[in-house]
Amino acid sequence: MASSDVVRQMDKNARPLALSGHVGFDSLPDQLVNKSTSQGFCFNILCIGETGIGKSTLMDTLFNTNFENFESSHFEPKVKLRAQTYDLQESNVRLKLTVVNTVGFGDQMNKQESYQHIVDYIDTQFESYLQEELKIKRSLHNYHDSRIHACLYFIAPSGHSLKSLDLVTMKKLDSKVNIIPVIAKADTISKSELHKFKIKIMSELVSNGVQIYQFPIDDETVAKINTAMNGHLPFAVVGSTEEVSIGNKMVKARQYPWGVVQVENENHCDFVKLREMLICVNMEDLREQTHTRHYELYRRCKLEEMGFKDTGPECKPVSLQQTYEAKRQEFLGELQRREEEMRQTFVQRVKEKEAELKDAERELQGKFEQLKRLHADEKSKLEEKRRSLEEEMSAFSKRRAATELLQAQAFNASTNNKKDKDRKNSGFM
Amino acid sequence: MTSSARYKSRTVKSGKMCEEKEYVGFATLPNQVHRKSVKKGFDFTLMVAGESGLGKSTLINSLFLTDLYKDRKLLNAEERINQTVEIIKHTVDIEEKGVKLKLTIVDTPGFGDAVNNTESWKANTDYIDQQFEQYFRDESGLNRKNIQDNRVHCCLYFIPPFGHGLRPVDVEFMKALQDKVNVVPLISKADCLTPAEMRKMKDRVREEIEKFGIKVYQFPDCDSDEDEELKQQDRELKESTPFAVIGSNTIVEVKGQRVRGRLYPWGIVEVDNQSHCDFVKLRTMLIRSHMHDLKDITCDVHYENYRAQCIQQMTSKLTQDNRVESPIPILPLSTPDVETEKLIKMKDEELRRMQEMLQKMQQQMHEQDL
Repeated sequence: MASSDVVRQMDKNARPLALSGHVGFDSLPDQLVNKSTSQGFCFNILCIGETGIGKSTLMDTLFNTNFENFESSHFEPKVKLRAQTYDLQESNVRLKLTVVNTVGFGDQMNKQESYQHIVDYIDTQFESYLQEELKIKRSLHNYHDSRIHACLYFIAPSGHSLKSLDLVTMKKLDSKVNIIPVIAKADTISKSELHKFKIKIMSELVSNGVQIYQFPIDDETVAKINTAMNGHLPFAVVGSTEEVSIGNKMVKARQYPWGVVQVENENHCDFVKLREMLICVNMEDLREQTHTRHYELYRRCKLEEMGFKDTGPECKPVSLQQTYEAKRQEFLGELQRREEEMRQTFVQRVKEKEAELKDAERELQGKFEQLKRLHADEKSKLEEKRRSLEEEMSAFSKRRAATELLQAQAFNASTNNKKDKDRKNSGFM
Repeated sequence: MTSSARYKSRTVKSGKMCEEKEYVGFATLPNQVHRKSVKKGFDFTLMVAGESGLGKSTLINSLFLTDLYKDRKLLNAEERINQTVEIIKHTVDIEEKGVKLKLTIVDTPGFGDAVNNTESWKANTDYIDQQFEQYFRDESGLNRKNIQDNRVHCCLYFIPPFGHGLRPVDVEFMKALQDKVNVVPLISKADCLTPAEMRKMKDRVREEIEKFGIKVYQFPDCDSDEDEELKQQDRELKESTPFAVIGSNTIVEVKGQRVRGRLYPWGIVEVDNQSHCDFVKLRTMLIRSHMHDLKDITCDVHYENYRAQCIQQMTSKLTQDNRVESPIPILPLSTPDVETEKLIKMKDEELRRMQEMLQKMQQQMHEQDL
């Protein structure tokens, strides 16, 4: 895919040599081209803009196809991203194009969180590429690169200046992706107003430190055209998939009662400029910038977060393996320490529980003894009472016997007296 | 047809009828009203609301053929991130054929511009309420000779044409203001949409207005005895709401004529051309035929609603205070909650169980003893 930093330095040990005949290595670029053509290219565009501003129409117009997009509603609660991948072919060049559109951007009442979802999406793509790079068994040449190569930011044609949401979002994205701002629906601004509008937008971006994508001017073959185009940023575009007949040709245009806006007429709008810059001239540069600048920045930040450094504590270069080993040791040591800690706490807890249980047992025992004693006391008391009661009973029965005896004696005595009396009475007769 | 033409025809009719009968003379009443009103002069307060960059100022300048917005400063994007909405009033006195009009435009710069726009309509509703309150106080005062009527008669709300219809902020704004002022929604920068797209957009907006139940200003129906032309006009007017407008005060030349318009490389959009935009319809509606109706509805409906609300609030407060002074009202017996009842039941059950256990224990002891 993309090449690594190609900075040809004049190696001090290599001396330039003149050739006396034709060798043939001037076909190297052609070999490279053939190889990449057979592989196919891949390009990912992110379109950010309010609902209904013309993102899908512009994509359709740029790539001369119908990407089958449907209208979204204005009432989405949060910003979402919708990605669609298409396989296009022109001559013998195959392009795998992914178009990512924002859904519901700029519709909410509170737009403070709108940019977050977009930033997260871009970071996710970088992250998956990083993971692939760090794998042990990796297949980078087969990998479907989903990193965003270009971000078209659609500015609403108010004619005054950027919106506050635009500024905030672009500031958050300028270090993560190549931002190309475009003025959408440009057929609503007249020429003089457009000139003022463009100046205002660029000055606002510069004064707030937003770095938009500049077309490269270091390559002589395209430097001239790129410098000219850099002066026309942001491009004012009009998109249309409908055709109107002008003269005897069918051209893409928008028909109004007062005239026809031709999409490919450079006098009417900057669509042709955008197509040339984005697709014809600088597509490869966009991909390269994404890989060498934005992705490298992300990778560096991520690895630094994880604790990797290029230089050790004594400013000696440290390789990734050493750092990795050191980290691993640290991690294992940490694990062991934690294990020890847990074991100790466990043992301590067990001891505490044992002590508690013993205490409880002793208490219960004590109580049991006490209850037993009470019970024995009660029993002995009861015994005593019974004995006294029995004694009384026996005493009572004795007395009863005695009184009965007395009574019997008394009765006998009385009967004897009676007999005597009767004898006496009968004797008299 | 202007309103003056309309009433002239009426006087002619009545004049003809009364020629044969006895002539009393009160047919001249309309003339007298006309004379007095011209002497008094008219006033009209118009509120404009919408995001910045939608052409509000240009449209106001085009409507009233003046330049109200000389030397105004537009804020940068970064200044607008946390912008609050403010209220700016412009008052001008304009005169046409002896009729004086004191026009007040209430502008709300900053609406919808900040990143967080929750409740950004509060400034508008507060302002309208303030005017109502002031008028209410003046009306109930002792000296009512010189009441200044600053009540807002109409609110033009600008809907951006770049989307697919109404957005949440549009719906919220119109719903917040629908009971306080006559809301007239407009589709701004209409030169952005082709005729087919415009029809779709208007239908969409009308649908959504109905769906969300927004009460926008409804044109009053024509009297049935008006002539066909007027009725036709009225129907066309109603069918083309919401109006799609373009504003401009620059003169361009079209086919030898000098007209107001916008110059593009592909053509010239004429502001006064009915097939290009609805500017003429808006002007007719707002100034030439329905200005007084707007004022009437503000006085009779919106202001009366506000007044009734105000008075109701005041009287309910008074009665509340009265109640406190009277003897302590008897509070209704609170039925025990379900929870406390449950607790009581539980406690009862526990008591019963304990009693049973006691009995059992006593029995056991007896048996043991015996």
